[in-house]
Amino acid sequence: MTEPRMIEISPVTRVEGHGKVTIHLDRNNQVAEARLHIVEFRGFERFIHGRLLWEVPVIVQRLCGICPVSHHLAAAKAMDQIVGVDVVPPTAEKMRRLMHYGQVMQSHVLHFFHLSAPDLLFGFGAPAEKRNVFEILRENPELGRRAVLMRQFGQEIIEATAGKKIHGTGAIPGGINRNLPIATRDRFLARIDEMEAWALDALALARDYTLGHADLVAGFGTFPSNHMSLVRKSDGALDLYHGALRAIDSEGAPIFDGVEYSNYHKLLVEDVRSWSYMKFPFIKALGPDDGWYRVGPLSRMNTASFIDTPLANDAHKALRAVTGGAPNNATLTTHWARMIEVVHCVEKIRELLLDADLQGTDLVAKGERRPTGTGVIEAPRGNLIHHYEVDENDQVSFCNLIVSTTHNNEGMNRAVKDVAVKYLSGQDKITEGMLNHVEVAIRAYDPCLSCATHALGQMPLKVELFDAGGRLIDNATRDL
Amino acid sequence: MTALLIGFGNPGRGDDGLGPAFAERIAALDLPGLTVEVDYQLTVEHALMISEVQTVIFADAALDAVEPFYFRALNEAEAQTIGSHSVSPEAALRLSRLLFGKAPQGFVLGLAGSEYGAVSEGLSDAARRSLDLAETYFSGWYDAQCKAAS
Repeated sequence: MTEPRMIEISPVTRVEGHGKVTIHLDRNNQVAEARLHIVEFRGFERFIHGRLLWEVPVIVQRLCGICPVSHHLAAAKAMDQIVGVDVVPPTAEKMRRLMHYGQVMQSHVLHFFHLSAPDLLFGFGAPAEKRNVFEILRENPELGRRAVLMRQFGQEIIEATAGKKIHGTGAIPGGINRNLPIATRDRFLARIDEMEAWALDALALARDYTLGHADLVAGFGTFPSNHMSLVRKSDGALDLYHGALRAIDSEGAPIFDGVEYSNYHKLLVEDVRSWSYMKFPFIKALGPDDGWYRVGPLSRMNTASFIDTPLANDAHKALRAVTGGAPNNATLTTHWARMIEVVHCVEKIRELLLDADLQGTDLVAKGERRPTGTGVIEAPRGNLIHHYEVDENDQVSFCNLIVSTTHNNEGMNRAVKDVAVKYLSGQDKITEGMLNHVEVAIRAYDPCLSCATHALGQMPLKVELFDAGGRLIDNATRDL
Repeated sequence: MTALLIGFGNPGRGDDGLGPAFAERIAALDLPGLTVEVDYQLTVEHALMISEVQTVIFADAALDAVEPFYFRALNEAEAQTIGSHSVSPEAALRLSRLLFGKAPQGFVLGLAGSEYGAVSEGLSDAARRSLDLAETYFSGWYDAQCKAAS
């Protein structure tokens, strides 16, 4: 009889930051428990304490080198409320939206082409030397070139709207500090057809993969869950920048809808577990066992009634048709959802570029100071909440952030366990391909585990094997 | 000579900001033919920028550096894979060759620091020493490269 073992995969490769997976096997090599441990820096909420409200939208970008724009905009929206502005001028909102669509587009493109494509095109069990983006690029360099040029396009939009590639200053409390010059607009418009064509090609690739591997997709990290996102308040359309909170259960029944996001704390509770630094949010009305939920591209496809751009809306209908209109709970379908959002972003960018409001000069609104403000946005990885209190000296006295990865904590843990049970139980040898199945399940959520500390030499894959007494009996490390 | 210096890291995470701090210092020197970029991290689109110069230098905090820094030529064949947080300098060079058909001569400057991870601004004393010495070294090295190229 085999002794119980614990296998650690740490850090998880090809996700942001650092995480660790522990898989506990029982005496019969069956998976008894599987957990994802996240290294989350809670120090930021202390770091921001005492900062002046005007500098908050800039400083929060230090949270993450991957999606600084999401934090920039969520903080700016919160500070809008604090300076007493409920509606910013049209030019400000449209410039912010343009910035956001550029960010979502470039983030999704990187994830799909460079992080997930090796898994999807070569198979999860393929050897590491094959399951590698360089192999894809060797066979199809055009795919990689498109990804780089699409990312560059998104990055240039961010620079044009935020002012700088990093530490952008575009969004300010109450509005924006610039508009879009005609010459810059025309430079983007000259490339928008190409971006749309490439986005549609990527969408087709993700759709065909999902439909062509229906059995794998249906059985890989698939489990019922609630879903939550912002949707447009007036009609329930997908809205990545602004809206009201909507949550549905795994059958599609509403849990709440049309809720002002400043009331998030009345709906959600952040639970704590002894083995994880990261909190586990749940819907208060349903309790911790039934109230956990997922966020992100797939959840947004489930919560949105429709998409207000034609190409993405057609794709949305096709995705929803797979489950007969019911919520899609298959984790791997997230890749398809992500590419639908890329198409949506490109369509929205075109729409905005053709809108004369981007050249408007009314940039900032003013109002009566308030002590508290909440900003919520749909970041690439899902719902992002920034909540602040600011004292009479304009200094932050309270800050609470719920990032997408925290919202998805329970979902990712369930996905890890689901995959571990299917692919690791009963095995007497743990192969790299099998371990990668676990990582694929996590990567589908595109988690941002610790945000932007990445000094050279920090990303080895470490696998450790412990016996029942907690002694390390085997380990392996390779650089990635 | 056309050269590109990319300093990357997060100035909001202590000594992880060594790369940007170094890049900003070198940018202030306005060295001939040198373009300076600052970013949170290396990403795939840097490959395009890299493909357009003759020499590229990557500057980052390095956990494995002995004080004050190491400076060495890169071998793109050593590139493994990439992640959105883990595009290595070698991988960026390899992407440049695979996607755009050419890759410049590459070097990496790994700067030694001592305080990582916590959310904080400013560099440690050890990091500042590394920065001072690296600036002097790099200026001399770059000058020699320019003379050799002319």
